[in-house]
This record gives sequence, structure tokens and C-alpha cells, in this order.
Amino acid sequence: MTSPAVALGEPMVAADRVPFDDVESSAARLTLTHFWVAVAAFALGAMMAVMQALSRAGVDLPFRTASLYYLSVTAHGVLEALVFTTFFIMAIGYFVVETALGRIAGVVWAWAAFWTAAVGSLVTAGAILSGTSTVLYTFYPPLRAHPAFYLGATLLVVGSWMWSGVMIASYLSWRRANPASRVPLAMHGMLAAVIIWLLATSGLAFEVLVLIVPWSVGLVDRIDPIVARTYFWWFGHPLTYFWLVPAYVLWYTLIPRLAGGKLFSDALTRVVFIQFILFSTPVGFHHQFTDPGITSGWKLVHTFTTYAIMFPSLVTAFTVIASLEHAGRSQGGRGRFGWIGKLPWRDPFFASVALAMVTFALGGFGGAINAAYAMNAMVHNTAWIQGHFHLTVGTAVALSFMGFSYWLLPRLTGRALAWPLLATMQPYLWFIGMQIFSIPNHIAGLLGMPRRVYTGEFQGVEAAQAWVPFTNVSAVGGVLLFVSAMVYVAVLVATMLTMPRGQRPPVEYAEPLGRPAPAGSVWDRFGLWTVVAIVLIIFAYAQPLYHLHTMDRFPSRAVSPF
Amino acid sequence: MHVDRHERYWMWAATAMLVLFLGAIVMTAISGAAHPPSHVETVNPDTLTIQGEFATPGVTRAPDGRTTVVMRAELYVFRPNVVRVPAGAPVTFRITSPDVLHGFQIVGTNVNVTVAPGYVSEVTTRFERPGEYLVVCNEYCGLAHHLMQSTVVVEDPR
Repeated sequence: MTSPAVALGEPMVAADRVPFDDVESSAARLTLTHFWVAVAAFALGAMMAVMQALSRAGVDLPFRTASLYYLSVTAHGVLEALVFTTFFIMAIGYFVVETALGRIAGVVWAWAAFWTAAVGSLVTAGAILSGTSTVLYTFYPPLRAHPAFYLGATLLVVGSWMWSGVMIASYLSWRRANPASRVPLAMHGMLAAVIIWLLATSGLAFEVLVLIVPWSVGLVDRIDPIVARTYFWWFGHPLTYFWLVPAYVLWYTLIPRLAGGKLFSDALTRVVFIQFILFSTPVGFHHQFTDPGITSGWKLVHTFTTYAIMFPSLVTAFTVIASLEHAGRSQGGRGRFGWIGKLPWRDPFFASVALAMVTFALGGFGGAINAAYAMNAMVHNTAWIQGHFHLTVGTAVALSFMGFSYWLLPRLTGRALAWPLLATMQPYLWFIGMQIFSIPNHIAGLLGMPRRVYTGEFQGVEAAQAWVPFTNVSAVGGVLLFVSAMVYVAVLVATMLTMPRGQRPPVEYAEPLGRPAPAGSVWDRFGLWTVVAIVLIIFAYAQPLYHLHTMDRFPSRAVSPF
Repeated sequence: MHVDRHERYWMWAATAMLVLFLGAIVMTAISGAAHPPSHVETVNPDTLTIQGEFATPGVTRAPDGRTTVVMRAELYVFRPNVVRVPAGAPVTFRITSPDVLHGFQIVGTNVNVTVAPGYVSEVTTRFERPGEYLVVCNEYCGLAHHLMQSTVVVEDPR
């Protein structure tokens, strides 16, 4: 206890050590609870990851086995990509309804959602750790996991649907009370994330509930792997936008203010979020370019929609950087680049987001290569891919969330950050570690190294020798990332345990430059855009799925080679 | 809706960039027949090891010089494990799996196709340089996934 606020003789305030007592509103309590589950999942996943990076480089840890390696790849994928992200995004959702709308509708539902998702996550984690579900987080049939793996994942998604209901109900309640106002931008973005999630998980629900669950418990004895994959990727790509859009909400609505400026364009930002609703789902075949059973014509159609989804991200790059330039110049920055030095680089939230954006530029161009129809064959399922998504979800999203944690925790609990110097250094360490991890993975992938392998040795054949220096370097990056992840967790835990409660800093959203656009614009009509998005999904998937379902097929029996 | 002048320029630039990318993709698809492997054909995974072409995987050479390699990818081997094909002539790989998903990737080339039970994957290429090429499975298939490899020997036809 290093609290200087408690003077001698004064009764020790026990609440100082109780995390939730200093949180007043139910939404704030929900935010904090979800936040801690996310942080715990992140920390566990990070421990798995460092072993994998070392294993791929051939470092012989005493407990290193192929079985443990693939188990930990499964655990890392599920914990980071599904549990950490979903809980963190649910936390952002409760934070936004509380601070932007000033209300939350359905607190009981929200807690039911939490427990559903939390129990589901535990069940899935248990299934993975028991060694009966080493199917990786993509769980492609006919690899079959223990039924509990699918049951837990289903509960996690059902919990997130209940959360979606709370988000929509809170919005509608606000709308009834404010019929003539424009919805706050942060909520506009979160509504987009909710709609993307509902569209995405409709494909997943079909795959898991209709195809996989009956088969995994033995009611049906066969499953078609290509049909299942198609529904998985109906879900799998908008999933990435479900991660990214809340990060964009933070970039657009908090960062300009934190940097001392204003949001460059409120109106265009709203259009950007709507474009994500439209284009994030009808693109799944760019994950299936190499699949048999799907014609090249439909793969080309999905190539077009995939490039369309790059547009709103390119606009985001402009708008956020223009907002930062405005901020830098407001702080007295001069000249073409002088404004950059005026930005708050010592603030861990700002630094996290700025570094996340730089990294996302690299990741975005890599993504354009992945999405390139024929060129995809050069990188599909190679180490390039893991290099790619550690830049996007692993940095653009995860680093933004880490940075936000440093900003959020004092505002929720009134505790100043413990070890502010470590907090300031942590995003830079993540950024450096990630470049060292990721760039060699991209190169090794171009040299043909497959992803998700216990070792890249391939019995010492010559072609595989070319990969060795790159896996070695990327392992160094992996260790730096692990250190950075542990620093992040340590700062948060130390803040809760050692810092006294004090004044909560205010929550301030960025104001737009110029006049805000009037209410009642077509870009505020979420129902309309959801319908358009559904039409696009039908256009992209109806014919190829009809073809797959009706052709003469020979579905497969379950196999569990682990 | 008011959009700043610079923002408008940027959006035009972004649009131009995407049109350029898509244009390059469509042009190479049309002129160079650069398509991803997208063969549509199904096969019964239960019987393929006892009847049909996949029961006797191997290399066949047609009179017109086209080479066809029929292959099974299965836990955790490619059959046949070594194939010999000529340089400078079209080679078509026909591959399927009797068990789970596998990947068929010839390192150093752009041959990269998903192999799924119930489906026949087909990919055609031309090896310009003779030599030994490493083939790896690049789709996780079980605990010995990283041991699943084979060799394509490209021979000088002269």
C-alpha cells in the first residue's frame, strides 16, 4: 500500500482495495467487469504465444511437445481473437452507452449476458486445456473437438447477442427521449459494430448450431468441410471488422480531443461506419481462394467487395491524421511536419493509437495482397498470414485497446495509473516487438514457410533452411511482445492494488470541426442500411451456397487426430 | 453533406488506387488466365483408396506432352511421396483427401491449394527450372502436421 492519501490515525478505507466499490453506476460496473475478463484472457493468451514463437524457432523448452504446441495455438487463438476481443468490445459498448447516451436499458439482461459469455468462455477454455479440442480457433470440420468446445463458444456468442440487445435497447430508449437529435458519434460507431456482429454471427450460428453441434454429439455422422468453411468465413471476415470498428470509435471520438484538437469531419465519419456495415460481410471467399468447389467467378466477385471495404479504412486514415494535424497545429506546431512533435507522445493512450495506426497502414497493404484473387496463392496459409493479422488485430486493435485501458481505468475507478513511466514505454515496446515479430514472418511466408507449424525444420531440407533466420528473429520479437504484454497487465493490476481512489478525470469526447451535420440524414438510418447489407450478403452468397448445397456431395466422417 | 476539399481529393485518390488494383487483377485474370485454383468436382472419400484414379496415385503423361499427377493427401503423407515431372511443360495436379483438410503448397512456386475430403482440387502449373521442390501441408491436420511433406522432382526433358 503506497497510498499517500490515507493519513496516520485516519481509519483505513477498506474500499480502497475493493475494485468495484468505487464505481457508481451499473454501466460503469459492467464496463469494469468485462474489462477485467478481457485482460485476464489477454494475459493467458500472451503466455501461450511466447512458447509458440520460441517453438517455431526450434528453442527446446523442457515441456515442448507437438501436442502442447497445437493445444496452445488453439488456446491462443480462442482467448485472444474471441474472448479478449469480445469482452473488451462489450466493455467499450457499456462505456459508450453510459457516457454518450447517459443511460443503459436492461441492466439485468446485461449481467445475464456477462454470465452467459463468461461461463461459455470457461467451458471452451476447459475443453481446449483438456486436450480433447485441439482444432485451432478456426475448428474446420471434419476435425472434431469435444462437444463442450462448441457449446462454450455458442454460449459466448449468445452472451454477445444479449449484449447487442442491450446496446440496441439503450439506443432506442435514447432515441425516444431525443427524437430530433443526432445520435452521438461514438454510439453511431458502436451501433455499426453491433449490426456487423449480428450479420456475421448469423453465418456462424448456422455453421455451429445446424451443421456442427448435431454432428459433434453423434446425431448426424457426416459433415461437408467446404460448406462448413463457407459459413465460417461468412462469419470470419466481418469478425475482423467487429474488432476494428470499436477501435475506430476510440480513434475518432477520443483521440483528437486527447491530442488537443477536434475531429476533422463528423459527417464523413458517420458515412465510414455505414460503409463497414455494408461491405464487411459479402467478402468471405477471399479466405477461400484456394478452395475447391467454389467457382473462380464468385471468388472474383468477393475480390471486388473486399477492395470496396478498403475504402472506408483509407478515409479513416485521412480523417484521423487530419484531426491530429489540427491538434498539433492548435498546440503551436509549425511547418509541414512540425505539428507531429506537438502531439502527446508520452501519453500511453495516444502513443498506442498512433503506433496502432502506423502498423495498420502496413497491415492494410498486406491485406490488399491477401485479397488479390490470384496473387493470394503466394501467401495463402503461409507465415505471411500470421505476420499480417498480428499487425491488424494484434496491433491496430489490441494496442488501441491496451492504450484505452490506461485512459479508462482512472476514469472508472478514480485511481491514477501506477508506474506511469512503464505505461508510457509499453506501447513503444509492443510496436518494436511487433515489427521484429511480424516482418520476418512476412518474409518467411514469401519464402514458402507454412503457418501454424510446431517447427519450421521440415527434416532439414534445403528450402526450409532459408526460413531459419527469420523464425529466429521473429522469436525475439515474440519475447519483446510478451514482456510488453506483462508490463501492461502489471500496470493495471498495480493500479487497482496500490493506488488510492481520488478524483475521476472527466470523460470528454472530441468535438467536430465546424458545424455538426443536422439530424435526420440518410446516414443515420441504421434499419435501411442493415437491409441493404442483407441484400448484398444474399447477392454474394445465395448462388454459390445454393450450388454447394444442391450438388452431388460426399460429406465426411469426424476425425480427431490429436 | 459538407466534405472538405482535401478530404474530397483524398477520396478520389483512394478510389483511383482501388480501381487500379482491381484493374490489374481483372486484366491479369483475362489476359494471363491468372485465376485461383477453383476446380469443382466431388469424389467419395470412403472409397477413393480402393477404386478410381486415387486408388493408384501417380504420374501419367499424355501424348501431347501434358503431365497429370494424381495424388492423395492424407494423415500425414502425400502419396506418391516423390513425383517426377518434366520442366517446361504443363503439369496438372489432381489431389484429394480421405480424412481431413490438408494444404498442398509447392515451396518456391505459386502452387497452393486446399485439399478437402469429398472434393477434387486441381491446379496446373509449368516448372521452368529443373530441381527438387519441397511440398508442405499448410492446413493444420493434426499433431504431426509439421511432418507432412513430399518432393516434386522437376527433370530436364532433354
